[in-house]
Amino acid sequence: MRSTSSSTESTASPDNFVEINNVDFAFGKRKILKGISLSVPKGRVVAIMGGSGCGKTTLLRLIGGQLKPSSGAVRVDNQVVADLDREALYALRRKMGMLFQFGALFTDMSVFDNIAFQLREHTDLPEDMIRDLVLMKLDAVGLRGASKLYPAELSGGMARRVALARAVALDPELVMYDEPFAGLDPISLAAVGQTIRRLNDALGATSIVVTHDIVESLQIVDYLYFVADGRIVGQGTPDEIRASTEPFIKQFVHAELDGPVPFHYPASNYEDDLELSPPKAAGVAG
Amino acid sequence: MDRKTIDIWVGIFMLIGIGALLFLALKVGNLGSERNGSTYNVEARFENIGGLKMKAPVKSSGVLVGRVSDIRLDPDKFQAVVTLTLDKRFEFPKDSDASILTSGLLGEVYIGLQAGGDTKKLAQGDSITLTQSGVVLERLIGQFMFNKAAESPEKK
Amino acid sequence: MISGVRKLGAQGIEAVWRAGAMARFFWLVLLHSGTSFRRFSLTIREIYFSGVMSLVIIMVSGLFVGMVLGLQGFETLQKYGAEETMGVLVALSLVRELGPVVAALLFASRAGSAVTAEIGLMKATEQLKAMDMMAIDPVARVVAPRFWAGVISMPLLAALFSAMGIFGGYIVAVTVVGIDPGVFWANMQAAVDFRYDVLSGVIKSIAFGVAIATIATFEGFDADPTAEGVSRATTRTVVKSALTVLVIDLILTAFMIRGL
Repeated sequence: MRSTSSSTESTASPDNFVEINNVDFAFGKRKILKGISLSVPKGRVVAIMGGSGCGKTTLLRLIGGQLKPSSGAVRVDNQVVADLDREALYALRRKMGMLFQFGALFTDMSVFDNIAFQLREHTDLPEDMIRDLVLMKLDAVGLRGASKLYPAELSGGMARRVALARAVALDPELVMYDEPFAGLDPISLAAVGQTIRRLNDALGATSIVVTHDIVESLQIVDYLYFVADGRIVGQGTPDEIRASTEPFIKQFVHAELDGPVPFHYPASNYEDDLELSPPKAAGVAG
Repeated sequence: MDRKTIDIWVGIFMLIGIGALLFLALKVGNLGSERNGSTYNVEARFENIGGLKMKAPVKSSGVLVGRVSDIRLDPDKFQAVVTLTLDKRFEFPKDSDASILTSGLLGEVYIGLQAGGDTKKLAQGDSITLTQSGVVLERLIGQFMFNKAAESPEKK
Repeated sequence: MISGVRKLGAQGIEAVWRAGAMARFFWLVLLHSGTSFRRFSLTIREIYFSGVMSLVIIMVSGLFVGMVLGLQGFETLQKYGAEETMGVLVALSLVRELGPVVAALLFASRAGSAVTAEIGLMKATEQLKAMDMMAIDPVARVVAPRFWAGVISMPLLAALFSAMGIFGGYIVAVTVVGIDPGVFWANMQAAVDFRYDVLSGVIKSIAFGVAIATIATFEGFDADPTAEGVSRATTRTVVKSALTVLVIDLILTAFMIRGL
């Protein structure tokens, strides 16, 4: 069991597809990430966990080059993302697939066209070949029969799976999932989890899953990072995490109500709020 | 909404749109008839053009045969030089005269062409030699008053 | 009172800043316009949604405006015995001013707001970000075709508006007032000059098209990614387009008036 509150170790190694070294990120005056360092080895599925609003999605945006860190470096495939010019960044992105939190499917085209989109834009493949590829991807997520539907006609779970199929349409080397389990029923949840694992192994890709679903994550990933208050507060393999006695990890894994992440939003003294304690100064209205 | 339908409708839209533009240019405006192919220009000199304006009509026997296309001052002879653009369909003898007339009493000022008797016709670039200047209303009034004043002492 | 003045100042600065942002956006769209022409089918699709779908409202409004012009003008023209110049009145009013301006206002309300809503909604549902992450430039693929569709559609719609209006005036003149059709057209042709009247109207409508297309795409692209944000953006498009069209109209008319 390893736990580091703010790690300055630099794990510069060609075996890592993604490396984040001592990265800070601030949105205006608000510091969202403070000295984050983590690495994602090739071919592995890594989970980034933490409470809502702790900066997990920001990490994905930094990896994808949509944001630039205030300090530190984000490396993908041994290139520093922030230094890339537009063309190089787009070339790098063609190796990535991303599943957005709410699917972000193109609402003006059918499920089939959504998945065919990248194939048509980035390749010169003939239409019948594209058709086969799209149907294969849909079959992998169990939605081959839904190819003619439009996003508005899909349920939440179905939309998420279509978005998943779209994310892997070009057989990317890095797949990023932003809250893939949020709001799904247990069946869909298990389906998505299994698909993430299977796809990663079948494609020989690297996957990063941002989520706060601890149960499913422990089942499918190779490594986990815990983020709180903009820092890494814990990391380890699923076995290590389950056995951890580190307070934050323990609270998270066992879903305890109170611990390092407080239950109460900061407020004044309870008794004072209810005006139960005797008035401290004369003349205070009761 | 499939591709073919969209393409057809956009095609229709662009056709009627361009059609409307052509309609405005040719039927509503005067693009067609201004082509030099169907008109010829002649010059006429006047002492005073009165209220004659650009694009004023040129009429013969009351029928529109052309328009005034240019008005300038000859700084040496101090005459007004007016260019008339006439429809090629109408030919006028070389000794025709051009007068500046008014439609009604206070109406539009135009040039009236009276045909002469010459067998030779006016061609592109020719000049009309017989001209009648326009009436300047103030001079007319002044003249009238002068005449009136000249009359009165005799009556005494 | 001071806070009121401060607020005004802040709003003024914000307005200038937004105008600058819009100018930069306009330049950005121009730079990324290659795709709109190399893959013209994208632009054609947008011409359908902006131009073709506006045909009905433009042509019907044009017809009615022309008829009203004819009727309104009749009373005054009759006083001077000039009923037969009704065609001139209708044609000049439409071709020079009403055609481009009213068509632009209608276009901004119908097509401009739709484009803003579309782009804003795509932004709110992260579709633009998703496209960006797929290494496909959203400005080139989504924004620019809509911009060019607006610029191409506007002059055509303005011409159609004027043409329908003249037809409407013709109906009033010939069937209601009883003017001879030949006289109607002859007087009109005599008074309307291609270069001065028709062409200036076309130039105006192109300028309006560029303005409305820029505003509509910018407001959509810049909208807050929420339902409320998109709704506010569509309102801004219509209001800003209307004001901008009228200001441009004033400037261009001042330049084009003969004799100044």
